[in-house]
Amino acid sequence: MEKKSLVKLESVNAGYGEEPALIDVDFEIYKQDFIGIIGPNGGGKTTLLKVILGILKPYSGKVKYNLSRKIKSIGYLPQFNQVDEQFPITVLDVVLSGLMLKNRIITRYTKSDKKKAESMLERMGILDLKNKTIGELSGGQMQRVFLSRAIVSKPEMLILDEPNTYVDNKFEGELYEILRELNDEMAILLVTHDLGTITSYVKTIACVNRELHYHRSNVITEKQLSAYNCPIQLITHGEVPHTVLKKHNKE
Amino acid sequence: MIDFLQNIFEYKFLINALWAALFASITCGLIGTYIVANRIVFLSGGITHSSFGGIGIAYFLGWNPILGAALFSILAALGIEYFTEKGKVRNDSVIGIWWSLGMAIGIIFIYLTPGYAPNLMTYLFGSILTVSDTNLFYMAIFSLVVVLFFIIFFKNILFISFDEKYAKAQGLPVTLIKNLVLVLVALTIVLNIKVVGIILLISLLTVPQSIANFFTQTFKNIILLSMLIGFIGIIAGLIISYTLNIPSGASIIFSLIVLFGISKLFLIIANRYKISKIQQNNRK
Repeated sequence: MEKKSLVKLESVNAGYGEEPALIDVDFEIYKQDFIGIIGPNGGGKTTLLKVILGILKPYSGKVKYNLSRKIKSIGYLPQFNQVDEQFPITVLDVVLSGLMLKNRIITRYTKSDKKKAESMLERMGILDLKNKTIGELSGGQMQRVFLSRAIVSKPEMLILDEPNTYVDNKFEGELYEILRELNDEMAILLVTHDLGTITSYVKTIACVNRELHYHRSNVITEKQLSAYNCPIQLITHGEVPHTVLKKHNKE
Repeated sequence: MIDFLQNIFEYKFLINALWAALFASITCGLIGTYIVANRIVFLSGGITHSSFGGIGIAYFLGWNPILGAALFSILAALGIEYFTEKGKVRNDSVIGIWWSLGMAIGIIFIYLTPGYAPNLMTYLFGSILTVSDTNLFYMAIFSLVVVLFFIIFFKNILFISFDEKYAKAQGLPVTLIKNLVLVLVALTIVLNIKVVGIILLISLLTVPQSIANFFTQTFKNIILLSMLIGFIGIIAGLIISYTLNIPSGASIIFSLIVLFGISKLFLIIANRYKISKIQQNNRK
């Protein structure tokens, strides 16, 4: 099967202040990919997401999009602490905002937009919450709302930033099942610093620690890890997915 | 109260005051809800106070003070954003600097202006009973602009306020819209200075919204309800001011905060009643 490249980063340097958070990153994301991005706090995971999403302009290097729609169709689930829980907005309005790019600035939502949003909420099992404000929701419900927003426009790529910050163990397993289903339709990029529970879901793993270490495989050997200087758990996929916990010293 | 009602159609300044109350409640209802939802009350306080610098400079140059205030507060609104982002100074510190800078410039230029500045207190504490026809005209035009802007860009304003990063990732012109709304915030502040004055203005932008938020939780409903509450508050303050012969700005704010207290009390009692009803039902 020929793989279609969706986004390609070429020798990207990016960051906020004087110090770049990402150095010389080459990264290509293909259709059908399910990549787990791991790395230490402050290692540049979020910076990488921002570059891919087009929120942050890199200092140098290229970001090439090869998405079939003209407007970037990348869905995005933010970290829990990024949103203001007390903001006066209803669940339905949040999900509808995922369809904003389609009708741009002035037009109002159409009936079919509303139907799409509602059927998305139904799929997530939270249609009865549609007129609640987000402040009334639990962490897991809120995560479902934001996931609905991210995928309601049927994007070609879905990015999740630390989905485990929503703290809802009951939904977490369900979430990964949903993601596995979604992966048939879109590429998925999942950022986390705790790979413990998802090792069996992601297809490949990339490690960000200012540099990006990515080999298109779901096996990371200890040798590779130590060469990359990436302080994480060692993950392998055997017949039965399992995790080998092995931490090595930070420099 | 009866005096007020009898005189209202007799005196032009009372009719002007009623119109001013209407335009103030429309503009403050919209902009205030944006301010409260975005948690930029302190920023708005900074813009309000820094407009005094523009008033001082306008006095010195012999311009219309409102024009000076408008220019200066737009400069402050965009300047605060600019210095926060480019200058890498903490946002609230930048606000504090502009806040006091504007006041200082205002005081210096008024001091340098020969003669006595008779209307100074009007700008600091407001005087809804002396709103001129010209002033009213500007307020009317501007209210229309703000209402139209919010109708056209409502979805964008809502989602940029709610989740700026997501809106950016969707390719919306986030910075442009944010800056446009900031300009509207600055102009709302300037045009309402006459109503309650620089020092008291922030409550016209926050108290009606806080009351509205007791009863409704969506952005749109808070806007509509706080317009109504703002109007009631201003009219009540006007009547009290006229009847007791006390400054109008202060009595408007005072009556708004009394409204706030009554609403909160009402909620507490309603809640108690609900709970006791449930308990009664449980006993049955």
